[in-house]
Amino acid sequence: MTTHTEPVTRPVATPPKRSTSTDRRTRVSRRRRLSPTVVILAFVTAISAFPLYFMLVMASRPNEDITSIPPPLWPGGELWVNLERVLDNEDVMFGQAIVNSLLVSVVATVCVVLFSALGGFAFAKLRFIGRAPLLAFVLATMMVPIQLGLIPLYMLMAKIHLAGTLPAVTFPFLASGFGIFMVRQYVISAVPDELLEAAKLDGASVARTFLWVVLPMLRPVLAVLALLTFMERWNDFLWPYLVLDIEHPTVQVALSRLAGGYYTDQALIMAGTLLGVVPLLIVFLLFGRQIVGGIMEGGLKS
Amino acid sequence: MDTLRPARPNRGDTAEQVTAYTFISPFFVVFAVFGLFPILFTFWVSLHDWSLLGEHTWSGLDNYTQLLRDENFWNALINTLGIFVLATVPQLIVALALAQLLNQRLRARTFWRMGVLLPNITSVAAVGIIFTLLFARDFGLVNWMLGQVGVGTIDWQEHRWSSWLAISLMVDWRWTGYNALIFLAALQAVPKDLYEAASMDGASQVRQFFSITVPMLRPTIIFVTLISTIGGIQLFTEPLLFNSGANAISGGNTGQFQTLTMYLYERAFVGQEFGYASTVAWVMFLVIAVVAGVNALLLRRLRTAV
Repeated sequence: MTTHTEPVTRPVATPPKRSTSTDRRTRVSRRRRLSPTVVILAFVTAISAFPLYFMLVMASRPNEDITSIPPPLWPGGELWVNLERVLDNEDVMFGQAIVNSLLVSVVATVCVVLFSALGGFAFAKLRFIGRAPLLAFVLATMMVPIQLGLIPLYMLMAKIHLAGTLPAVTFPFLASGFGIFMVRQYVISAVPDELLEAAKLDGASVARTFLWVVLPMLRPVLAVLALLTFMERWNDFLWPYLVLDIEHPTVQVALSRLAGGYYTDQALIMAGTLLGVVPLLIVFLLFGRQIVGGIMEGGLKS
Repeated sequence: MDTLRPARPNRGDTAEQVTAYTFISPFFVVFAVFGLFPILFTFWVSLHDWSLLGEHTWSGLDNYTQLLRDENFWNALINTLGIFVLATVPQLIVALALAQLLNQRLRARTFWRMGVLLPNITSVAAVGIIFTLLFARDFGLVNWMLGQVGVGTIDWQEHRWSSWLAISLMVDWRWTGYNALIFLAALQAVPKDLYEAASMDGASQVRQFFSITVPMLRPTIIFVTLISTIGGIQLFTEPLLFNSGANAISGGNTGQFQTLTMYLYERAFVGQEFGYASTVAWVMFLVIAVVAGVNALLLRRLRTAV
């Protein structure tokens, strides 16, 4: 197993030499940068990034390169050509799929954030009969995989004439037990009771207090919840794959159609995959710190 | 979970109660309609011969007895559990080791954390597509690399072991870093003075890992195992996209990597046997409930033991 504590205990990479104190300081910092930990982490990060890099390489090559042996490992010059071919392909409707995915993800995210703020606040600060069992129920729903209800859900959507359309992949995900729990934990730690009591003494109703006092304080946790929800919706596969019709694909469904054997055009498939991944990569680059924080906090709640 | 604040009584005034129920109602409405009802109704459907058009006749437990004799079901169950074990065991071990590394004093901490999380940002569909190309028989990078060290060409889709391995690698690539971050959060919550005391008593790093870290992390390990189980039993997208072509849902030409969810999907939406497919769904639900129950028991015992 790896060592737990500070670099002091680690084997020294370079033999000690006589030197001035400034020299030693720079040498120590250099040694720390090249510690085994960093080498391993760099290796892991390379493994993390490689398949995505590989996708970029293949998306920027003509088809005959992709099937060449050995496989190319450097990007070629056909990226724009391939991207254009994906967007122009009328069977796959990739441009439409991106718009659809944005629409579905944004609507679901807005609703999840709103309902989680309301519910999380209520479970944290309001007194009502059945609060504890209802909260336990909300927690239990986090363990229930919604796709096991796939068949009745499909029957339901067919019955209310939503099967095939975008609302069918939006409605089931408008609220989230995880979101409620996440906000509740945050409210407990960040919103003092005294504040709410002061607002009450001033004659503000609970709803008004929530809107004007509590909601602004929840901004950090709601931002993280929004990021996680958006990514989850964007990446959702099974249910959209099942229920959406040919005219209403999301990005993931369009991807599966691209790769589903009707095309053997690997460059086209990889360019489409790239297009589907890039929006989330941008979100990740901009808000990586918050996303990492959100996932780590989510785990702690267990 | 933390306790409710004891200082305040359990009842608010009527206005507060009404507001509270209003605030929590959207979640319960959405969940009742799109979560609870479908899952319960699945059981009802599983007791019928039920076709796509809604015509159905009562058949009692016939679907269940048929399921127990259904070779394809057992095949899918074995595939699902096999891939699950093959993917999860190494994944959790690596994630734990990775968490240890990330827990050391590091420069650019956020960078490394984002580095391990990057695969999880990638959609499952994209993972399936990219890895299927990496594992391509004739021109894939993996086979080319294996060829360099003298291993012959492997048709990854062809055999049970190779398809399981490839699919497990996809799952691991996407989830190891995610789980490492969860472990990291738990590691950071372990009081530092435990380690200091152990060091003063002369306990080695290895000893500290097994005597402090592992026991302190046990609740998290159980939680991550539970989440991985729930995810693993529902595995669908990776094996589906691993098998391109019109018959992708069958998971290989002899079903060598068809998972339970794929089988459910095939019976329901290709075979249009809603009743029978619901039986598969309900059995999956029972498996998950049993696993979750065992986990909850373990957790409770740990809590009272500590």
